Order: sequence, then structure tokens, then C-alpha cells
Amino acid sequence: MIRSKLLTSAIRTLRNIGSRFTERIWRMGAGARLFGLIVVSSGECLRRPRLVVREVYFTGVMSLIIVLVSAFFVGMVLGLQGYNTLQTYGSSEAIGVLVALALVRELGPVITALLFAGRAGTAITAEIGLMKATEQLSAMEMMAVSPITRVLAPRFWAGVIAMPILAALFCMVGVLGGYLVAVPLIGVDAGAFWSQMQASVDWQHDILNGMFKSVVFGVACTIIAIFEGYDAPPTAEGVSRATTRTVVTSSLVILGLDFILTSFMINI
Amino acid sequence: MTQNSVPQNIVEIDNLSFGYKSRMLHQGINMVFPRGKVVAIMGSSGSGKTTLLRLIGGQLKPNKGQVRVEGQVVHKQTRDGVYQLRRKMGMLFQQGALFTDLSVYENVAFPIREHTDLPESMIHDLVLMKLNAVGLRGAHQLKPTELSGGMGRRVSLARAIALDPDIIMYDEPFAGLDPISMGVICDLIRTLNDALGATSIIVSHDVKETFTIADYVYFVAGGTVAAEGTPEDLRNSNLPFVHQFVHGEKDGPVPFHYAATDYKAEILGFDASAFENTRQQQA
Repeated sequence: MIRSKLLTSAIRTLRNIGSRFTERIWRMGAGARLFGLIVVSSGECLRRPRLVVREVYFTGVMSLIIVLVSAFFVGMVLGLQGYNTLQTYGSSEAIGVLVALALVRELGPVITALLFAGRAGTAITAEIGLMKATEQLSAMEMMAVSPITRVLAPRFWAGVIAMPILAALFCMVGVLGGYLVAVPLIGVDAGAFWSQMQASVDWQHDILNGMFKSVVFGVACTIIAIFEGYDAPPTAEGVSRATTRTVVTSSLVILGLDFILTSFMINI
Repeated sequence: MTQNSVPQNIVEIDNLSFGYKSRMLHQGINMVFPRGKVVAIMGSSGSGKTTLLRLIGGQLKPNKGQVRVEGQVVHKQTRDGVYQLRRKMGMLFQQGALFTDLSVYENVAFPIREHTDLPESMIHDLVLMKLNAVGLRGAHQLKPTELSGGMGRRVSLARAIALDPDIIMYDEPFAGLDPISMGVICDLIRTLNDALGATSIIVSHDVKETFTIADYVYFVAGGTVAAEGTPEDLRNSNLPFVHQFVHGEKDGPVPFHYAATDYKAEILGFDASAFENTRQQQA
């Protein structure tokens, strides 16, 4: 009797795990399909660039403050921590290199993407989810206007365009933060700070790779935010869950993708 | 009103069945919507009235049967074909469905901008004409959030008629409105229908208002057309469901209680009838 009960509960648990797993796979498939549809329906964005520009404003420009302020603090912390460690080895002039490489290769694209997911990604999910809940997307369809073309595609391209620009600005302000801590505050030589940075940061291996990462994160973050909004059940609870899922999924995907991309970019 | 006596039906629903995995909503529905008329689809909440509008608009596909708009089977059209048909339709959604990030003016201009290449001056005139028709020309600069429920629905109506559609569909146009707004919307539906030479399909459960303006009414219940006729016919109908619905009676063919287990058993936590039987036997 007890054995059969145990068996039943084990089967139930296994079934639950299986159904959750298959649901994830289904959702990934649906997301990939939506991605394909958006890319195919992007012609209108080229014909009417104003649609994309408007969304770049909402996703990119509106994220500027949080991205730049964070970048400034991250740069300053890097300056402090880097100096503290480098000083032990008597190479505190290399602080400029450390700050720049950390920002351009990793922290710039990754932190920008995480902030973007929290600031712009959630806004996209909530907006699309609520448009669905208030029948705005249905109304658009009934007016023979495809919501994928008119609503989703401009937001997608805006995210893809905004992310590398934000990441570049993040790196720039981060370096400035690092400089302010290292040079005026601690007293590292300004010439050494900049010249070592210039000598060690490679255009292709560091800057282009960093930019490539941020483009990939831009595609991932935006498509996750759009998919979650478009797929959200049209209720208050559904939209709130979708918004949470956007942040959680985006964060995990960004960090996972970062590892994969870095492993391809670094030759060991 | 049979199919023979009306030569030109703009929409025809033929032996339509639709449902989801767990439950069939419609089984063998037949309806015709003659050109130029105001036809109402009535029924209780959840009887699938709105779904019928979505089937006409091609947002859903029937499991069996077909919907024909202008003689074309909607669900057999390609995506572009469905979009071509939808250009002949305007729909007023229950919640208005106005784009909250656009002003009243831009909401009405939206379908015109999307489907035509008209110059801005002409769009301006068209939008103001449509807004004037619903009495809201003065509100064109407002945002949808600044409108009352009735005004929002009128703006939505102006947007629905922006491209002078042949068919205007109304999903619960009177729900949640004050008596004045209700009267305004009621009057507008009839006036616009006659002025545009369009065909109106109203989905509603408000008997008084719908009967005032409809030329013909279909009653949907239990997945089929339970009754049909002119408002006068239905007002005098002796069919139990129609009588209950038209006169707003609490109990009748549509029961007051949702299907449930035995009341006593659920409250007392055991099978009360079995208990009664045992007690009687003991006595």
C-alpha cells in the first residue's frame, strides 16, 4: 500500500517535471517563431523609420540616466578596487588598462544589458501585455494592421539599436569614473593612465567583441521582453507575472550568453 | 426574413460550429445579415456572442461550417485576403480599445494613415468630420485617459467608421454606460448605419436599447440560434427562454444556480438524503 503510494507520488513528480520541461521547450519554440515573424515583418520599419526612432527614444533615451549613473559608480569602484590590488604588485599605473578592459570586455555589455532588461524590458512587456489585455492589439488586427509589424517589430529594432549605444556610453562614463578616482583622487599619473590604456586596449579583440556582445544581448533582451508581453494572459496577474519573467529570463540568458560568447572570444 | 426574401446578404453564417477542446460554444448556427440593416445578436453572458464577431472578422477559425463575407469564405482566405476583407469592416470593442499612447485625433487618424497615402490636410478634414459625426470634434486633442466611458466609446466608433466600412460590428456597445450616453450611442448606431449605407451587427444583452434600433434579432442560447425575428415578434414571443430574457426574469430555462452538487451534502459534509432515509427507517 505504502509502496504503491510512493510510486504514485514519484510518477506525479516526474510528470510535473516533464510537463514543465516540455512547456519551456514549447515557449522557446514559440519565442523563436515570433522572432522569425518579427524579422520577416521588418520591411515596414525600413519604410517608416519614424516608428523605430520613437521606440529608440522610449527604450534607449529613457534608459540613459540609470545606465550612465550606474556606469559612473561602477567605474569609480573599479578604480578603487583595481588600485588597491595593483598597488600590491607595484603596477598601479596599469589601473587605466584594468578599468578599460573590465568595462569594454565584460561589465559594459553585461551590466547595460541587465539594466536594460530591468528598465526597458519590463516596460516593453507591460506595455504590450496591457495593450493585449485592453484589446488594443485585437483592434489593430481588426483594422487590418498587423500588430507584429506595427507594434512588435519597431520595438525589437529599437532595442537592438539602443543596446550597443548604451553599452558604449556605459564604457565611456565608466572610464571617466575610474579616471576621477585614480587620477585626481588617488594621484596616479594621468599620462600613464591614458597611454597604457591606449596601448593595451585592442580595437578588434576588445572593443568590437564587446560591441558584438551588446548587440547579441540587445536581440536576446528585446525578444524576451516582447515575447513575454505578447504571450501574457490578458489579466492583471498575467501581465505582472510576464513582467517578472522578463527580468528573470533576460538576466539568466544574458549571463549564460556572456559565458558562451566569452569562451569563443578568448583564446586559451 | 429568410434567405430567399433577402437577395443581398453581406454576411452569411452557415451551419457554424466552434468550440475549444473542453467545450463547444456553437453548434450548427445559421444567420444572415442583409445589406443596410441593423441586426442584433443577443444572448446571456458567455453564450459566445463576441466569439461570433471574431469568427466574422477572421480572428478565429470555425471547427465546422463557414462564415461568408461578401460571398467569400473567411477562414479559407490567406492572411492578406482576410486583411482585405477586414478593410471593409469596422469594429467597436467593448472596452473601446483606444490606443492609450495616442490622442483622440491620432486614434481616429490611425486606420487612415495605415491604409492610405492621403495628404495630412485631407486626413485632418476626414478625422474632424468623423469626430463631428459622433459629437466629439472639440475633444480631438484629449488623451483617451481623459475621456469618460461614453466619450471613449464614441471616439472608438469614429475610428471604426474612419474608412467608411461596409460592415460595422459592435461588441456590447451599451455595457456600463449611463442612460444619456446609452441613448447617444443608440442613436448614433442607427444614424451612422443609415448615413453610411452600412450593415451593423450588434452583440448585446441590453434588450430595451437593442430592440429600439435593430431591424432583426437573433437569440443565441445553448450553442444554437434559439429564436429569431423582428423585435416586435420577440417581444410577443411565448418561447420560455426568450420570455425570460426579454422580461428579465430571474429563473426559467436559464437557471439561477450554476450546476452544483447537493446543497445539504456540501453544507453538512455528508449525504443528507441517505441520513434522512436511515432516520425514517429507524422511526
